[in-house]
Amino acid sequence: MERLEVLKTYKLYIGGQFPRTESGRYYTPAGADGKPLGNICQASRKDFRNAVVAARSALGGWAVRAAFNRSQILYRIGEMLEGRSAQFADELIKQGSTPAKAKKEVAEAVDRCIYYAGWCDKYQQVFSSVNPVASCHFNFSVYEPVGVVAAIAPEENPLLALLETILPVIAGGNTVVILGAEKSPLSSITLAEVLATSDLPGGVVNILTGIREELLPFMVNHKDVNAFVASDLSNDDWKTAKEEAVHNLKRIIRRKDVISGPESPYPILETQEVKTTWHPIESSIAGGSKY
Amino acid sequence: MPDCTLLSPPFNRVQSISRRRFPGKVRLASGQQRGENRTRSGLVPVRIFPLIMKTKSAATARYDISCSPPVDQVGIAERAQRFTTRSIKTGAKREGLLKVLNMIDLTTLEGADTPNKVRQLCYKAEHLHDAIPGLPTTAAVCVYPPFVKVARQALGSASPVKIASVATSFPSGQGHLDHKLEETQRAVGDGADEIDMVISRGKFLAGDYNYVFDEIAQIKEACGKARLKVILETGELGTLDNVRRASDIAIHAGADFIKTSTGKISSAATIPVTLVMLLAIRDYHFQTGKMVGMKPAGGISKAKLALHYLVMVKETVGPEWLTNQWFRFGASSLANDVLMQVAKLEDGLYQAPQYFSKD
Repeated sequence: MERLEVLKTYKLYIGGQFPRTESGRYYTPAGADGKPLGNICQASRKDFRNAVVAARSALGGWAVRAAFNRSQILYRIGEMLEGRSAQFADELIKQGSTPAKAKKEVAEAVDRCIYYAGWCDKYQQVFSSVNPVASCHFNFSVYEPVGVVAAIAPEENPLLALLETILPVIAGGNTVVILGAEKSPLSSITLAEVLATSDLPGGVVNILTGIREELLPFMVNHKDVNAFVASDLSNDDWKTAKEEAVHNLKRIIRRKDVISGPESPYPILETQEVKTTWHPIESSIAGGSKY
Repeated sequence: MPDCTLLSPPFNRVQSISRRRFPGKVRLASGQQRGENRTRSGLVPVRIFPLIMKTKSAATARYDISCSPPVDQVGIAERAQRFTTRSIKTGAKREGLLKVLNMIDLTTLEGADTPNKVRQLCYKAEHLHDAIPGLPTTAAVCVYPPFVKVARQALGSASPVKIASVATSFPSGQGHLDHKLEETQRAVGDGADEIDMVISRGKFLAGDYNYVFDEIAQIKEACGKARLKVILETGELGTLDNVRRASDIAIHAGADFIKTSTGKISSAATIPVTLVMLLAIRDYHFQTGKMVGMKPAGGISKAKLALHYLVMVKETVGPEWLTNQWFRFGASSLANDVLMQVAKLEDGLYQAPQYFSKD
């Protein structure tokens, strides 16, 4: 007798937990071989709302964590990913990649973790500045996280592009709610299983799966979200995003180099705010002091 | 059925009640410790040491806690669970949320309270969120006794917002009776409309129910026209049976409201505890036709939970209790969560806390 295969239900990742969607809905996208990939939760706007609550409550702990410690945790993600690279490659192949491409994508994904881990405790020194002013002030600008970021992962390269969207955001001390690729969602939830076991505090990264069209308006009009990151939206969707973002003036960020771009620290700065401080000092040459 | 609500010594009806509920089986009422003897027939002996003793203050009649029925813990838990499964949407939700706002006793009971903080609280009570027109005020503000005057000044005499003051050595209740009476009288004299007293849990747990009863009765007398809320601090009573007994004592001693908690210990208002107290109120209403108010306090900070409480009130004691005359929430952070939900209904956007005033 032929054995019936058990189709895995891939759950959401919210606040360090793996809940099913509150809506009870799921979808079964087909893989490259025409067979269903799995039972994938179809997240609702309420799941997104709950994820934002989790991200908001995780923000305080994550943003003030020592940059070096954030760096250690990102490195740990890379380690855990490396250990499960065979599973990731296998899932990429199921979702339509070739063996060679899949292997390369997983390797690059691991490297990307190590790369951003390195930047966690360096970007502030490198990009902050001391500014020249014509008064008795010490004037300096530093980068600080914007807060809770909502993001939509690209459909292409579902593992690498997902990580390339998440990592610069959390490296800079933000927390994120990301919607994984709609048609190839396995990588996003398997990544959640990696994140859950790699010292990352619950709620820093929250991963949803579902229909992009349905969730986009709520991701961009939620007033407790500070920025929105995506790369491959249609022109109409970008228009919606920009219009809906006005309610709380959230930042809309269009990543262009997610899939093929070179490694670069600049994506970190896109979800940072520059804070400038005027610190009064007793005297300076600019202020007319003779010494 | 014998009237078991008020008893005068030495007529004690423990025996008849016990036998009727548990035929052929002994049921020893708690508190009945001295003079008890089981006979072979399993009946409680006729001579029972009277639970009610004469004292100077309330010689006429006190409540006999053995009249309080035992609480079915499993049944309560199951019933409480079912209140939380209702789905309340759109129109009903909006009505419910506005009702909740109007039932809140906006509370600040901190060591760090200042006159300005109290003034700000009073302003918030009258202007919950001016960006949305047509919102109700809260039912009351709840402050420590020294701030009653400040609150009265801030609110004036015509405000719909009542002033509630905690008294009687809040939150522990460990103080001398004359101090408690004086504290109460001063708060009322300063302009408090309502007094939130705490019962002496120490005395209650030591079995001195008469002391607890008398104390409540005397504070009630000291309140004059002010309404009296009696805080049981259920987190310290230990069992639901004790909650039921304390509720009955408070109700019979003259409480206008019974209230779950001070909010100062971690186990505060829960649905099961509130349900037990509501059942005590309901039984009293059945017996006497009189209404007693209910105030869960502490630990209710989400709008959804507050709506579950409203469901429970309606289905346990009835819709007449769904006004701030008979039901209150003691809370400091609930108001903002409810406001966020109301705002969500208004403009369809999920809200962020920073758009709502803290106090």
